[in-house]
Amino acid sequence: MALIKDNALRPDPWVFVADEAELPESDPAIVSFERWQRDRARLGVRNGPLGLRLRSDQPPEGIADDLAAFDLIALEFPKFTDGRAYSYARLLRERYGFEGELRAVGNVLRDQLFFMQRCGFDTFEVADDVDIGAWLEAFVEIDVIYQPADDDRRPFRTLRTDAAGPTAERR
Amino acid sequence: MYIYDQRDHAMLAQRTAQFRGQVARRLNGALSEAEFRPLRLLNGLYLQLHAYMLRVAIPYGTLSARQMRGLAAVARSYDKGYGHFTTRQNIQFNWPKLDDVPRILEDLAGVEMHAIQTSGNSIRNVTADAYAGVAADEIEDPRIYAEIIRQWSTLHPEFTFLPRKFKIAVTGAPRDRAAVRVHDIGLQIRTNEAGEVGFAVIVGGGLGRTPIVGPLIREFLPKRDLLSYLEAILRVYNQLGRRDNMFKARIKILVQSVGKEQFTEMVEDEWRRIAGGTLDLEADEIARIAASFAPPPYDRLEPVDLAFEFKLAADPRFAQWCRTSLAAHRQPGYAIVDVSLKPADGVPGDVTAAQMEALADLAERFSSSEIRATHWQNLVLPHVRLSDVHAVWLALAALGLATPNIGLASDVIACPGLDYCNLANARSIPVAQAISRRFADIKRLHDIGDLRINISGCINACGHHHVGNIGLLGVDKKGEEYYQLTLGGSDDENAALGELVGPAFPYDEIVDAVETIVNTYMDRREPGEQFLATYRRVGLGPFKERLYGAHQG
Repeated sequence: MALIKDNALRPDPWVFVADEAELPESDPAIVSFERWQRDRARLGVRNGPLGLRLRSDQPPEGIADDLAAFDLIALEFPKFTDGRAYSYARLLRERYGFEGELRAVGNVLRDQLFFMQRCGFDTFEVADDVDIGAWLEAFVEIDVIYQPADDDRRPFRTLRTDAAGPTAERR
Repeated sequence: MYIYDQRDHAMLAQRTAQFRGQVARRLNGALSEAEFRPLRLLNGLYLQLHAYMLRVAIPYGTLSARQMRGLAAVARSYDKGYGHFTTRQNIQFNWPKLDDVPRILEDLAGVEMHAIQTSGNSIRNVTADAYAGVAADEIEDPRIYAEIIRQWSTLHPEFTFLPRKFKIAVTGAPRDRAAVRVHDIGLQIRTNEAGEVGFAVIVGGGLGRTPIVGPLIREFLPKRDLLSYLEAILRVYNQLGRRDNMFKARIKILVQSVGKEQFTEMVEDEWRRIAGGTLDLEADEIARIAASFAPPPYDRLEPVDLAFEFKLAADPRFAQWCRTSLAAHRQPGYAIVDVSLKPADGVPGDVTAAQMEALADLAERFSSSEIRATHWQNLVLPHVRLSDVHAVWLALAALGLATPNIGLASDVIACPGLDYCNLANARSIPVAQAISRRFADIKRLHDIGDLRINISGCINACGHHHVGNIGLLGVDKKGEEYYQLTLGGSDDENAALGELVGPAFPYDEIVDAVETIVNTYMDRREPGEQFLATYRRVGLGPFKERLYGAHQG
């Protein structure tokens, strides 16, 4: 799998480590919520970037107090029609103040990128062979938006024009 | 009318270009049908029994004459010359070709219309009282808020992949003409003790296989908090609505399963955390949107028009039509004119391109260029001078649009049924046609009085059978079309779900059964008593007896 990040297709420096597998010494590693629950003491002092992967039935309330431990949170879309992670992303960003990498993983399709980015995702796990030019277009093909979300796009007109972008409670 | 500015136009152009690309990717195989499906649904494009169907939004039911001509042009150029008005202020075209659809959307964008979110698990077209802005009993125009909600919900990044579809309706009058109690969210404009205008918020009503009259979760919501409160409701639902079973995925199931109190608490808790942010509606923003719904320049007229009164007295057929087709207008000397799309033997809600064009002409001449679509699948000319009503009637009669049956037995709501829909168990349209023939005698129709007959071809209840005074539900019995009958439903401010009378009737007997119900009511009613009142007084018993007495029942 590759990664869309900062408007380019890049190799993914992170690895997801299965629950029973050995953690790499210091390479960036993503663990499941279950493993975090079980091994948090050890994972918290590990030497190397740590990421957490949440399934769509694992709302972020459960780790709201632990966010400082993570450099990355990956939210899973088991099917692209399962839209729970859009809310989770906004909550992580706007309510819990998570500033690390927020990654969309699973069934990530071109036509969801715009919505995902607007909700606070900044990286997207995709197949290695996507037509990156066409995928990047998804971020810019619509630039008139009607509602505030988590991005810097300013909602057009319908809402207070003096409020710059993200909702008031953010950070 | 809300008039698009450059940015609204830009957004529609971008959205249409995006869909053109999606169609191209589907046609060249880059998108699978499974991947394309939600994309086309979010642009109103269904795949039905025989062909694609395009559902175009008529936000809060308001149309300009120019828009009506635009719809007529689509019907002529890309369809078989007609369109079908639905119960949710949409129009459906039944025969578009996939590769024409981007062009249709471009044409519609030219008249400030679109099909965005008329389908899919998204926030659907926001509906409102068809008499908005003109009803004599209105507190405030609900379209102002429906338009604000339309904008907020359009391509909402967080709420485009909800557990299931999501329907919002707004009414501005105590008399509910928008069926707000059977919507996912119903908003009723009201005044509180302090004299401020805000909303009563009803959540979790709906029809379908689990019909529920929605509970009130908030007595009074200030206008300022409208969008933040909606966002809180949707955020709770998006996270907790069921996604494992599409039949239990609507918000009504969530509200029922956690209970109204706990659901309300979850919403209020979420809302407290986001209230006071950028979603706050400022008074100047409300005023800006409200300005686009300012009434047209009315003439200053006497409340009574003598020429109109004279025609009423002189022409009994005109008087008969006026009895059912006129409603009280807030402006003296004006009337709201209902246009029946339910002629005897017609398909409920169907209008030809020629009729659409003629209606556009009539609206320009007599109704400040405005037309409304009602949730009973009829149209309205909202601003007609009393002195013009007779001319309007003559013109409508020449078009076959002056059946004097608004609100009566032959004003049937029907879904497309098995003639078009791949979900249906039974036909709806031929049953509606047969009922309209059976009650074609206008004198008898008027004698029967107010009576809502609603027909759905399956349990999904697009024909709102649960809230018909008489409801017909098509069911499949070993490959045969049968119809269950419910009585006593109502979709107004005293909303109620109909009760099942007994075993279903086959296709060949269902219209007789409906007539038996009507005859039972006629025998039992007290002077001046309408069907629903009689039913509520006497209950199911007498109807059951007449319907099944001869059988074992």
